[in-house]
Amino acid sequence: MSNHAEVLIIGAGIIGCATAYYLAKKGISVLVLEGSDSIGDGGSSRNGGGVRQSGRDPRELPIVMYGIRHIWPNLKDELGVDVEYYQEGNLRLGKTEAHLKILEVLTQRSVQCGLDVKMISGVEAREICPYLSDSVLGASWCPTDGHANPLLATLAFYRRARQLGARFITGEKVAEIRKLQGAARQVVTQNNVFEGDRIIVAAGMESRPILNTVGIDVPMTPLLLETLVTEAVEPMFYQMLGTAAADFYGHQSTHGSFVFGTNSGLEPYAKPGKTVSSSVSASAACRGILSYFPVLADLKIIRTWAGWIDSCADHVPVISPVEEVPGLIVACGFTGHGFGIAPPVGMLLSELATGSELTLDLSDLRYDRFKAR
Amino acid sequence: MAKDRTKEIGAFAAAPDDNLIICRCEEITKGEIRSAVHDGMFTLTEIRRYLRTGMGLCQGQTCSRLVKAIVASELGVTPSELEPAASRAPMRPIEMRILARDLGGDQHE
Repeated sequence: MSNHAEVLIIGAGIIGCATAYYLAKKGISVLVLEGSDSIGDGGSSRNGGGVRQSGRDPRELPIVMYGIRHIWPNLKDELGVDVEYYQEGNLRLGKTEAHLKILEVLTQRSVQCGLDVKMISGVEAREICPYLSDSVLGASWCPTDGHANPLLATLAFYRRARQLGARFITGEKVAEIRKLQGAARQVVTQNNVFEGDRIIVAAGMESRPILNTVGIDVPMTPLLLETLVTEAVEPMFYQMLGTAAADFYGHQSTHGSFVFGTNSGLEPYAKPGKTVSSSVSASAACRGILSYFPVLADLKIIRTWAGWIDSCADHVPVISPVEEVPGLIVACGFTGHGFGIAPPVGMLLSELATGSELTLDLSDLRYDRFKAR
Repeated sequence: MAKDRTKEIGAFAAAPDDNLIICRCEEITKGEIRSAVHDGMFTLTEIRRYLRTGMGLCQGQTCSRLVKAIVASELGVTPSELEPAASRAPMRPIEMRILARDLGGDQHE
């Protein structure tokens, strides 16, 4: 089989899989190289599933707003897999006056970008979600936010892209990108050399050393993220939850289990290397969750997992062509909020790769925006 | 090991035992597992994420070997060629009110 494709994608996470889908749908030949043995083994399978606009930076907000308006509601039909998308709103909760101030600033910023989000009282929050503790003083409320199943959404893009002819190779670790006559052209792995007219790097944290081989650097560091899953219970509520104190976030899934992300405060000092859950985070998460939802005290935790966030210097991703290395396109540094935004990012990357007119402006997310003090 | 996902494994063919429940916690059948392989799910990790096999209360302690044998047979490889999916803490389901009491936070004894 030929080792050439019109577009070569490095990384089969949800960004790479979605991009492969949009390109394959246009009849473009695509080859996706994944270093891990499984598709979507990085952040794509290790996140809280938020499909959220509220609380986002104004530079990336228009992209996720586009996705929620035009892509997420139809994704199930488009991909032929139920990705368990719920659009039942996002409650970001506050228990102190200081929390409410944080929420007001976030809300104000999103309203200026045209997002339907507002502050509500504790009483109003309990009308939306009756299981909330009386200690909740207020919340921000964005009715068009929601959540989906990241495992299924990632694999659904992969499945459909593969059906449309995209070629995927897993366990194929990329060593370097090589230029030919000044343009990015070859991707060298342990076993092979592949060629692409365009090369898209969407490999999470691994993007950094790969980009370094052609002299490009994106300032980002790995940040541990830990999540826990409960046993399944009867449907209670489907809002996405967050807090001003950032002590937990999460939602109930179609399956009935709750998926809760945690923040123990010790994540920046996690042991480097293998992604393993720490011994302290699940307990910290339980304390956080129960202080907002005491009704869940007897619910059992059945599983925990951990992953690495590619935390970018200014907390928004790089989604950008690299003019100084013609043919190279970068999508990385999603900083822990890459899942909800992934479908429109895949669409935009397919436009960049084919030279079509961009549906949305990406100039705030360029690779060369980082300046020293 | 590098694996090309365009590998040809033939079309899915229905079998008389497709309705057999393999993962009892999540009620996943043999037919669903075989069909997932034809959807491109070639690793036990992908099968688990796609179907929820081994993600229920027993965390795969009952069915993981059965799932492995079914996937291996569908792919035409030996079961030993398939990596098991990762085991995750805790070993047994544990209530949040108990897990919360690890002396972190504001608790001092």
